[in-house]
Amino acid sequence: MPDPGRYPGYDVLRKRHTPSWNDKTRQVVDARLAVPREPRFFTGQEMAMVTAIADRLVPQPRSRPPVPVAALIDDKLHKGHEDGFRGDGMPREREAWRRGLAALDAEARARHGAGFAGLPGPQQDALLKRMEQGGLSGPAWGGMPSKTFFKQRMAKDIVFAYYAHPTAWSEIGFGGPASPRGYVRLGYDERDPWEAAEARDGDAGDAQRKNRNVG
Amino acid sequence: MSDDPRHAPRAGHGRAPDVFRPGAWVPMREYGEDEAVDFVIVGTGAGGGTLACKLAEHGFSVVAMDAGPYFRPLEDFASDEAEQSKLYWTDDRISTGENPIQLGSNNSGKAVGGSTVHFAMVSLRFRPEWFKSRTLLGYGFDWPLDWQEMWHYYHEVEEALKIAGPITYPWGPPRPRYPYRAHPLNAAAMALAKGCEAMGVAWTETPIATLSAPRGLAHPCVYRGFCVTGCSTNAKQSALVTWIPRAIAAGAEIRDLAMVGRVETGPDGLATGVHYHREGRWRFQKARNVVVAGYSIETPRLLLNSATARYPQGLANSSGLVGKYLMVQANQAVWGKMEAEVRSYKAPPSLAITEHWNYDDNKDFFGGYCYMSQGPLPQLWANTQINAHGLWGEPLMQEMQDYNHQVGLKIVGEMLPQERNGVTLAEDKDQYGLPVPRVSYSWCDNDKALIAHSLGFMEKALGAIDATDIWRQEDDTCHLNGGARMGGDPRTSVVDADCRSWDIRNLWICDGSVFPTVGGVNPSLTIQAIACRTGDRIKQMATRGEL
Ligand SMILES: Cc1cc2nc3c(=O)[nH]c(=O)nc-3n(C[C@H](O)[C@H](O)[C@H](O)COP(=O)(O)OP(=O)(O)OC[C@H]3O[C@@H](n4cnc5c(N)ncnc54)[C@H](O)[C@@H]3O)c2cc1C
Ligand code: SF4
Repeated sequence: MPDPGRYPGYDVLRKRHTPSWNDKTRQVVDARLAVPREPRFFTGQEMAMVTAIADRLVPQPRSRPPVPVAALIDDKLHKGHEDGFRGDGMPREREAWRRGLAALDAEARARHGAGFAGLPGPQQDALLKRMEQGGLSGPAWGGMPSKTFFKQRMAKDIVFAYYAHPTAWSEIGFGGPASPRGYVRLGYDERDPWEAAEARDGDAGDAQRKNRNVG
Repeated sequence: MSDDPRHAPRAGHGRAPDVFRPGAWVPMREYGEDEAVDFVIVGTGAGGGTLACKLAEHGFSVVAMDAGPYFRPLEDFASDEAEQSKLYWTDDRISTGENPIQLGSNNSGKAVGGSTVHFAMVSLRFRPEWFKSRTLLGYGFDWPLDWQEMWHYYHEVEEALKIAGPITYPWGPPRPRYPYRAHPLNAAAMALAKGCEAMGVAWTETPIATLSAPRGLAHPCVYRGFCVTGCSTNAKQSALVTWIPRAIAAGAEIRDLAMVGRVETGPDGLATGVHYHREGRWRFQKARNVVVAGYSIETPRLLLNSATARYPQGLANSSGLVGKYLMVQANQAVWGKMEAEVRSYKAPPSLAITEHWNYDDNKDFFGGYCYMSQGPLPQLWANTQINAHGLWGEPLMQEMQDYNHQVGLKIVGEMLPQERNGVTLAEDKDQYGLPVPRVSYSWCDNDKALIAHSLGFMEKALGAIDATDIWRQEDDTCHLNGGARMGGDPRTSVVDADCRSWDIRNLWICDGSVFPTVGGVNPSLTIQAIACRTGDRIKQMATRGEL
């Protein structure tokens, strides 16, 4: 039986038709849920690599449909949305991703004789850790600091993609969209009936009952 | 018809969007490009939007341009972090130095209303001594402004925005009553209050620019907590829903999606108008006066990009100080977890504050800081965890499970002005073919001492309320200021006390870039107060024939 989690039975999407969601919110979240799974910016191989990296950075339970992290990043890069700044030695976002993935793959082949996506988890983690610490600097990086790529680009885009998804909001008990209806109860341990109930002291049943009525 | 305000301008044909009614319009006066208007203003944020209102109400003809779109919050804003990144200035910029700053969402808006469309609404007055910090406190630079005069203009802004604040403010000289009552505390703010009480320092409800009672067509804050991604209810008193509607009613014209690339100067060396890009081509607007109000990166960039044979270093730059003495504010935090649920996503992020360390001079460093309660939304919070806390994989997912139990305290701290911090032009070009800004930032020892002091104090404050898993976020900064500072001497400043450039007397700068020092409070109230003062001064000078 899958772990019911901290907020058993809570699904933020059940609020979609309530006053917590305005039309604009429905429109943008619907579009996100329908994000094309076929890459439009990445190649198929790059896409597989992004998925492999995301599996290490934001591992997902197998008991539910995964958040399509790679597809959401592909969508952003396809549309050309940028952060609005980059560090010294950092190319623009599309180029940074292309180069960073190729360089990581080259490191994987040089050290382990196989592409990144095909490595076992611990070896992938070790490479990512080195990247985070700025310890990768092969020629394929083209002078781009691996640490900056990790922090400013790769990790950031991955967590931003994951936590843009309603599945992730439900997982952490976030209230999600809240306009025009906001919140009324603001103090410690105060929950509006349209917020997630947390399973505490092992009482998942009570939380589950409350979460079924969230709306 | 597509009605995406990012794709086609909304203001024009005699009308502007009515920000209070979906799909509706208000009449707007328009001016021809060949008709020299009294003032063309570049940027419609805290500085430009406020000044446009004041000048129009004083009877001047005003065209105010903004590179960003003209939103109607009620129909255009989603309750969604990702979607609302459309509020930020995301054109290419390079950030470098020993402590490169994050730009984009962290400090730069691009919309009619500027960064106030996504600001956190904290509305604080400077400590009076900061206007003379060199003379009275021994660091930084003196402002050419008098604090008592500023006190008068702060009051004007607080009334215009119906600031909700406490009945008595614990620090500084007496101030008049805040127009609206303070908001109730959320759990995150109660944590700040309890920590302060345990540490023996005062706290108060944060004076904040969101309504605690109905006002006109806007209803009060509904405590939805998406403030820094734009307020879809209009409770937030941004320039977009306050100064700009007033400006239009008084006869100003707003041009949205209008990117100014160059300020033109004539044979006499005076400004003649601006070249701007709108609807696919470059245009020229004639003006008797040009006001630059693009904030601390874009203002210096535009002045530098407007260089001519006569002004090879850029406009208003005989001092060589355009783009120099840029200041951010320290924005470090201490985070922890409470046994009880906090759910800090509810309500505006900073509902309680202490300014204790702004008013205590027994410290071993210059400057001060305030700190406030926090309420990061999930994307921002996860990025803080991976980038500042170094968590990923299972530890990250575990930590995120405790999202509803997080509490945090975050400073707004004074960094010292340094000549080496600033804006220059890079080789790279943006989508208009204009050189992009290169921003360099490095902390000095005093900045580091202030940060260390604040982290130590906040850590104790969280410990005192039995928070667990306490950790320090050591690297964050916020708000930009400086880059074209005001002063009393043309050799050491770019503009005078009236925001008027020393070199080109019909060129003005009215935004956060005129700050000589930053102080330890959020800047927008001061920017707006200066703009109100500038508007009144321009009227006086015009009456006396001194323009
Ligand atoms: C997330 C966040 C939270 C904040 N919270 C607070 C807070 O709680 N309290 C507070 O006091 N301050 C806060 N601030 C800071 C505050 O918003 C700014 O200090 C203030 O808005 C700056 O005013 P300004 O007029 O200088 O620039 P802005 O308000 O940024 O306005 C500048 C405008 O100029 C336009 N522009 C720039 N260049 C050009 C050009 N070449 N052509 C045409 N248009 C141009 C831009 O599009 C922009 O709209 C916050 C900022 C952010 C980002
Ligand atoms: S909490 Fe209040 S000010 Fe903030 S977005 Fe919601 S309604 Fe607007």
